[in-house]
Amino acid sequence: MGLEEKLPSGFLLSTVEQVAGWARRSSVWPATFGLACCAIEMMATGDPRHDFSRWGMERASGSPRQADLMIVAGRVSQKMGPVLRQIYDQMAEPKWVIAMGVCASSGGMFNNYAIVQGVDHIVPVDIYLPGCPPRPEMLLDAILKLHDKIQNTKMGAHRRKEIEELERAKLRALPLLGQSDVPRIEPPRVTQS
Amino acid sequence: MTPCTGKEGLAFFGCDPWWLILGKGVVIFAFLLLSVLMCVWAERRVIGRMQLRPGPNRAGPFGLLQPLADGIKGALKEDIVPRKVDKFIFFLAPVLAATPALISFAIIPLGPVVSIAGHKTPLQLTDLPVAVLLVLAMSSVGVYGVVLAGWASRSPYALLGGLRSSAQVISYEIAMGLSFVAVFLYAGSLSTSQIVSAQAGGGTASFFGLFTFDTPSWNAIVLFPSFVIYVFTMMGESNRIPFDLPEGEGELVAGYHTEYSSLKFLMFYLAEYINMVTLSALATTLFLGGWRAPAPISTVWPGANSGWWPLLWFLGKLVLFIFFFIWLRGSLPRVRYDQLMKLGWKVLMPVSLGWILLVATLRALRNNGADTSAYLVVAGAVVLALLAGSFVWDAIKGPPPSAADEPEPERPAEPEPAGAFPVPPLDAPHYHGSHHGKEVPSGLH
Repeated sequence: MGLEEKLPSGFLLSTVEQVAGWARRSSVWPATFGLACCAIEMMATGDPRHDFSRWGMERASGSPRQADLMIVAGRVSQKMGPVLRQIYDQMAEPKWVIAMGVCASSGGMFNNYAIVQGVDHIVPVDIYLPGCPPRPEMLLDAILKLHDKIQNTKMGAHRRKEIEELERAKLRALPLLGQSDVPRIEPPRVTQS
Repeated sequence: MTPCTGKEGLAFFGCDPWWLILGKGVVIFAFLLLSVLMCVWAERRVIGRMQLRPGPNRAGPFGLLQPLADGIKGALKEDIVPRKVDKFIFFLAPVLAATPALISFAIIPLGPVVSIAGHKTPLQLTDLPVAVLLVLAMSSVGVYGVVLAGWASRSPYALLGGLRSSAQVISYEIAMGLSFVAVFLYAGSLSTSQIVSAQAGGGTASFFGLFTFDTPSWNAIVLFPSFVIYVFTMMGESNRIPFDLPEGEGELVAGYHTEYSSLKFLMFYLAEYINMVTLSALATTLFLGGWRAPAPISTVWPGANSGWWPLLWFLGKLVLFIFFFIWLRGSLPRVRYDQLMKLGWKVLMPVSLGWILLVATLRALRNNGADTSAYLVVAGAVVLALLAGSFVWDAIKGPPPSAADEPEPERPAEPEPAGAFPVPPLDAPHYHGSHHGKEVPSGLH
């Protein structure tokens, strides 16, 4: 998070992006952080049958300062919210979040006042992983998709350009409802004959 | 004609041309960094296999690039300096931890005198009359890195980790120093190259003048108690399982490096593994005959101890020792802190002192030309007589009184049932096991 962000756009930056992406993807240290039943499945992902150490992930980091990935494994109660946010803030950039299970993704079955309805109310989420709880294979799939995202993350000038493009695309996108100037397509009338 | 011609012993070191000394230093530095990468890889793979899983295998062939990926990723991470830390010491601590670790390896003999570009030079950066003390001194300076990291972080976890580490390393360093004393007595020197040459061949001992036999040459066999004590203290010095309390995740988050990220954390990581390599190399030098070929090889092949071959034996012993470290990590749990201190102060140190006394006495007797085997036999006879005496004493005294013979202690009266509610007996027998004799009245425990 220093010099590599200030490189000029072009061949050098894309090479650095590739190397950094490979290193970051190959060494994602998860923060030691489990909340509920999903945490049991997360631990099972490290067992001999599934073994996320194949991607260098068995080195769980006790301190958030050295962690790269926060797997929010379980429902987040309102009381846990600030704690979770603090741990996220203590992690060093670049950092990623997987919302594991429906509870972390959207509140799941806990549709009540005590549970945060999706951890994306508190921290930015990279991968939403459904399931109640998701099996270790599903978590591995989420981790592999995150690897793809990490590998293709842009840096420096490229990243700024990407953000700009995404912003423009968002502005251009049409709202889904209430488009007054778009001719309304009537659904075909069903007639009884 | 080189400046080294005709020089002997310690004077042979340091008279090489400057480029050769610089080259040796650079090669040792590169070797240490490379060995850290290999150690990290080997550790994760070996522990993986011990736990019936493959371990890292995606980054490069056999996962060999895994430590490199860790390093690049760590270096590219954000370097967080918390607002309240003592900035200067916070920067100084990782440097203080890593630098001494790199220095210690300079005095490790990697091989005999070889010829490099026409210069005869030993495969060792330097040697001193007090070379082994340099290693102890450097590991003491390394503790400053850990303590200052804990202090500067202004975090309770880091502070506790740093204090634990300093207490642990200082306690174990005393026992470690004591375990070296017997080696010094045998070698008659503190210089590593002379300790290795002292292990070249065993002496001969005679049994009452009846027959003579060769004693083994390795200090690990001759001074077995010292070797065992060194292995224990080695674990304590390197802050690794089973003595990795300074960074016990269960209690202290990550110990003294809780607040460190990015390159500063990597320097602590580096220091830990370099210390592991250095301690293994020191064990090889002091106890396993250094770069000398193990017995069956040197017996059948006289050339095994000359030229570049000894580098192979040295590396082989080093790798075996590092594997031993990893093996322990894969098998042992973490001990409690009081157990650690008890082992260090109440077991390792007294045993060390007693052993040194024994070794020194034997050496002094032998130096005076006495026939040590007679003394050994007398000492053995005394020990046997003491054992037999204690056996006879036990037989005369009879078995110790068992708990069943003691009078039944009076039980307190059953408490009155409280009101109309059925109350379970407050001191049910099954709380203390079903055996009648174990039953104790409440209030005694």
